[in-house]
Amino acid sequence: MLRVSKEPSDTTRTGPRSLHPRGGELIDATAERTSAPVVGDNRTEPERDDGGSMPTPPPVSVLPVASPQPMNGAPHDPRRSDVDEWGRSENMRSILRRVYDPVYRYWFRVEWEGLEKIPHHGGALLIANHAGAIPSDAPAIMHGIEEELGRPVYGLADYFFRTIPVVGTMWSRTGGVPAHPDNAYRLLHDQQQLALVFPEGTKATSKTYTDRYRLRRFGRGGFVEIAMRAGVPVIPIAVVGAEESMPILFRIGGLAKALKLPYFPVTANALLMGPIGYVTYFPVKIKLRVLDPVTFDIEPGLERYSRSRVMDEAETIRAKMQDSLHDMLRERRSIWFG
Amino acid sequence: MTCCASAAVSGSADQMGRRVLITGLDTFWGGRMAQALESEPDVEMILGLGANEPRVPLERTEFVRSDQKYSILSRIVRATQVDTIVHTFLETNSVNIPSRLLHEINVIGTLNLLAAAGSAGSSVRQVVVKSSTHVYGSAETDPAWFREDTQRTSPVRTRLERSLIEVESLVRDFTEDNPHLVVSVLRFANVLGTDIITPVSFNLRRRLLPCIAGFDPLVQFVEEDDVVRALEYVTGQQIPGVFNVAGAGKLPWSEVASIGGAFLLPLPPFRPRAFVAPLRQAGAVQFPPEMEGLMRYGRGVDTSRLVGAGFQYRYTSAGAVESFARANNLRRSTGSGEPEYRYEQDVEQFFRHSPAVVRGIDG
Repeated sequence: MLRVSKEPSDTTRTGPRSLHPRGGELIDATAERTSAPVVGDNRTEPERDDGGSMPTPPPVSVLPVASPQPMNGAPHDPRRSDVDEWGRSENMRSILRRVYDPVYRYWFRVEWEGLEKIPHHGGALLIANHAGAIPSDAPAIMHGIEEELGRPVYGLADYFFRTIPVVGTMWSRTGGVPAHPDNAYRLLHDQQQLALVFPEGTKATSKTYTDRYRLRRFGRGGFVEIAMRAGVPVIPIAVVGAEESMPILFRIGGLAKALKLPYFPVTANALLMGPIGYVTYFPVKIKLRVLDPVTFDIEPGLERYSRSRVMDEAETIRAKMQDSLHDMLRERRSIWFG
Repeated sequence: MTCCASAAVSGSADQMGRRVLITGLDTFWGGRMAQALESEPDVEMILGLGANEPRVPLERTEFVRSDQKYSILSRIVRATQVDTIVHTFLETNSVNIPSRLLHEINVIGTLNLLAAAGSAGSSVRQVVVKSSTHVYGSAETDPAWFREDTQRTSPVRTRLERSLIEVESLVRDFTEDNPHLVVSVLRFANVLGTDIITPVSFNLRRRLLPCIAGFDPLVQFVEEDDVVRALEYVTGQQIPGVFNVAGAGKLPWSEVASIGGAFLLPLPPFRPRAFVAPLRQAGAVQFPPEMEGLMRYGRGVDTSRLVGAGFQYRYTSAGAVESFARANNLRRSTGSGEPEYRYEQDVEQFFRHSPAVVRGIDG
């Protein structure tokens, strides 16, 4: 098995890089700064790219103020920010990548295995096991893929994030998308992007330390159905380390209800460090193993898929991930050093 | 608008062009739509209903004063043999409208309109309704893009939304009961443009755009000319169905303020409307309840259906904001600049019907 190691010593960085939200190619950040601040055409939706084949209707009566609109082709789009239709901003993302990179390299010392299985082009649904009171796996996966493959990853997550002021906006600007089936389909099928989803949902992040590395139920298998409909592969990623980065000792149900949170965890970090513990992870070693992509030999684009087939596929993927986790844990000699 | 002579009318009216009735002639959209249709050669007759006189100069549109519930409508339809009804008079903005009146205008008005259009022996062949994307609501559970058949995800919270949803359900029943009619419903995103005054443009004109602190939602706009063009397109091409109409792309609320040349006025996330109530009372800002969800979670509608039907937009969402901003810059330099037009009954009647007027000459 090929290993893509991400040790600080063997990686030479060429300088600040950033990615185009659509193009998926690496460009130099300085070059981007010198280019025009507003680039309109990579944001127009594909279905709106009307080639001008239809006859343009004659102008309607226009009141005094004249408009500068061109009569043919796509209308002029005077955007000022680079926030795309999902709320993701490549500028924000690249700032975050710069800030997060030391955490990724020196704190978690993230190590990938099988990263080459994630395609450079085309849509794919990435799924992973989820852990930690405030999960440390999602940023690590998104950061790693964006840095290595130079293409954006959209993280599908609970609507709950959207309701929190500031956090919701930051989450959206840095690639978070509400996990609605329509959103997933549009990302995967229409735009051929990479989307990351945690099928266990909050059932995984709220579990206590005693249940670590035991995969929860994979929802209702919705992720399989979406991948089938969009005609893209599911690529499972097994994560080891995130469980120990912020383990939950117990939960306070009443407090969660009072604060309208999905759960209120008391973490080992918080017991050791106090309130700071809620924003500080233990320096565990995170290892990520990309499993073989799962493709479904089934016609895409259907309204509905056989429930039993969907549940079977989901269960197969879950079993594979569970095996993989056990395998990785057998190889692991230390929580801190891998 | 190229076609539409064929199959436009039926029965005894075969030789005539289209005969169009517009509701709300005294409102912004009714006036605009009448102006647009006047330049269509195959529209033979335009009849406008309104509670007040038209506010824009019109060449050949006939104006009939009517109450907002259109109680005389079936008589008018019978007498004029109109074949197309363009229902532009739906309130899609609840500022300064009492709840009761909103219900009368939207729901009861539509009810009477559809009753007249669907009565036995009616000459009506097409009904076009100007609705709003407010019917989708705005909540954290929403998809990024609503298609026309996507269900709203949140309960109905505002009276405006409730009345528009009721209107659309009336129209849906009407479509089912009258399968031989062409019924088109256009759901427009928030409008911006050179002239229209909406809560957003009202606030932008005063250089103060309220926002909810910590939220920067993605929103869509449609330019006012594209609104009229879309109505005209669907009317002319006789395309049945429900269509979303919005400029391409979405932009963050903060960018709306930046392109529109306004400052953001951050309001606390908890009950922002109550917080801004004194300013609302003083008429310094407009913040109707239906905007609150929008300013938190935004809204996007997928417009591929109308684009697929051949409609071409002239403005993107950001373009609509810019169109407003350019017009606003002009206004700031030259004053309001809009020529004051007053409808004079006798003068208008003279120009339309007096044998002394030589028709068909431009001037």
